[in-house]
Amino acid sequence: MTSVGSGYDLSVSTFSPDGKIFQIEYANKAVENSGTVVAIRAKDGVVIGVEKIIPSKMLESTSNRRIHSIDLHVGIGIAGFLTDARQLVLRARDEAKQYKQVYGQPIPIKVLSQRIASFCHAFTLYGSVRPFGCSITVVGIDSYGPQLFLIEPSGSCIGYFGTAMGKGKQAAKNELEKVKFADITCREAIKLVSKIIYSVHDEVKDKDFELELSWISTESNNVHQMVPAPLKDEAETLAKQALEEANM
Amino acid sequence: MSSKHFRFPVFGQVDYFGQPQHSAASYTPSEEKQRTTDPIVTGSSVIAIKYNGGVVMGCDTLCSYGSLARFNNIQRVKQFGPKTIVGYSGEHSDFQSITQLLDDLVIDDQCIDDKSQLSTEEIWNYLARVLYNRRNKVDPLWNNLVVMGFDKKTDKSFLGKVDLYGTCFKDDYIATGYGQHIALPLLRKAYSPDMTLEQAQKLITDCLRVLFYRDARSSKRVQLSYANANGMEISAPIELETYNWDIGEAAVKSFDQV
Repeated sequence: MTSVGSGYDLSVSTFSPDGKIFQIEYANKAVENSGTVVAIRAKDGVVIGVEKIIPSKMLESTSNRRIHSIDLHVGIGIAGFLTDARQLVLRARDEAKQYKQVYGQPIPIKVLSQRIASFCHAFTLYGSVRPFGCSITVVGIDSYGPQLFLIEPSGSCIGYFGTAMGKGKQAAKNELEKVKFADITCREAIKLVSKIIYSVHDEVKDKDFELELSWISTESNNVHQMVPAPLKDEAETLAKQALEEANM
Repeated sequence: MSSKHFRFPVFGQVDYFGQPQHSAASYTPSEEKQRTTDPIVTGSSVIAIKYNGGVVMGCDTLCSYGSLARFNNIQRVKQFGPKTIVGYSGEHSDFQSITQLLDDLVIDDQCIDDKSQLSTEEIWNYLARVLYNRRNKVDPLWNNLVVMGFDKKTDKSFLGKVDLYGTCFKDDYIATGYGQHIALPLLRKAYSPDMTLEQAQKLITDCLRVLFYRDARSSKRVQLSYANANGMEISAPIELETYNWDIGEAAVKSFDQV
């Protein structure tokens, strides 16, 4: 990397001559090393899928979760450092609670996302701190309908119909571009997300992974939760079948 | 005033809008603090009993402003999580604040997503901690809370009470407010632990009817709540059957009867 040794990558408080803040670029690298996260905003809700790479066979299946609920109507999917992201999750829960106490209604997804993004952004401004080594998708349903936002280490916050982060980001995005987001339902999105994650998984580099799937839709009573086992199992079997057919 | 005689204020001579001139400087301690020293908008009694397969709770829907029957249709029971219902007497706004607290607690618990849910007893104990803590600040939450629930896994009913001092206990039958004085003796006489749902319902409505006759801060519009193996339910408000005053006959014909 050109930046190494130039001296501009030591602190987030200095721009490089070509207008970059290298510590943010490095934070993005941390995200790119992580398991793939795919999220789709369907017409009746939002789905998150995470390729959770398992570093040890002795790990319990529920450990190192990469999908968290923030409030009844909000969920977060994580790519990058879990420890950094956990800080954002706790922060998001506080923001959601505080908003409800002040305004007496659930926090709109956009407001929550922007508040988390501002928090992330504050860590790109001072020499004494480092940026968050994670990207997160904030999903939920509010009075504006289903919402999906992506927050990056730089503090940017952008709404999407479908998005991907982590290792298989590019391949996943290519798949997502074929999707008709105006027509797709959550049930279809669950299958699609699983299929994409299974197809972008690199079996040579990472042996085992666990698929984490969450959704919030009218079918889940507009509550963000992990996808029920029957639905998830069905989606996983289909994804494995599709992968075998592709390999033949 | 300089003149001995009273001067009528003349326009242009009197400064109506200037700073008020106090004769003596009023003293405001910097540590001044507002507290609830008496409740403003209040609900009256709540009654609840355990029966052989769950718990029934009854209360009217009135919230009084002092002695004025101000709000006729306020639900004085609320469900928190999948297996707990709380009913209250006392200050309505304090209960709204407790509602926020418990809703946050339940959501926090749900976000952890570990397949474990707060039990009714845990919620009851939490409430007791909160109310006792506030009483120690001499700033109580002015409520009597009745907490009930049914755990489907263990098949066990729960019924407990917390008052504004943080006193808490569990019992087979509980009454708050005026009900402590009027309904509780009736419950003691009529209660048996192997009552059926119908018998329990009848006992509760009978108590509420007596309270409607005797307690001037009660109404005959009541709600029953249930916790049993079928889950939790808060019924729609119903009007109690009372003596038909239209007939023009005195309810008590002679005081020899009484």
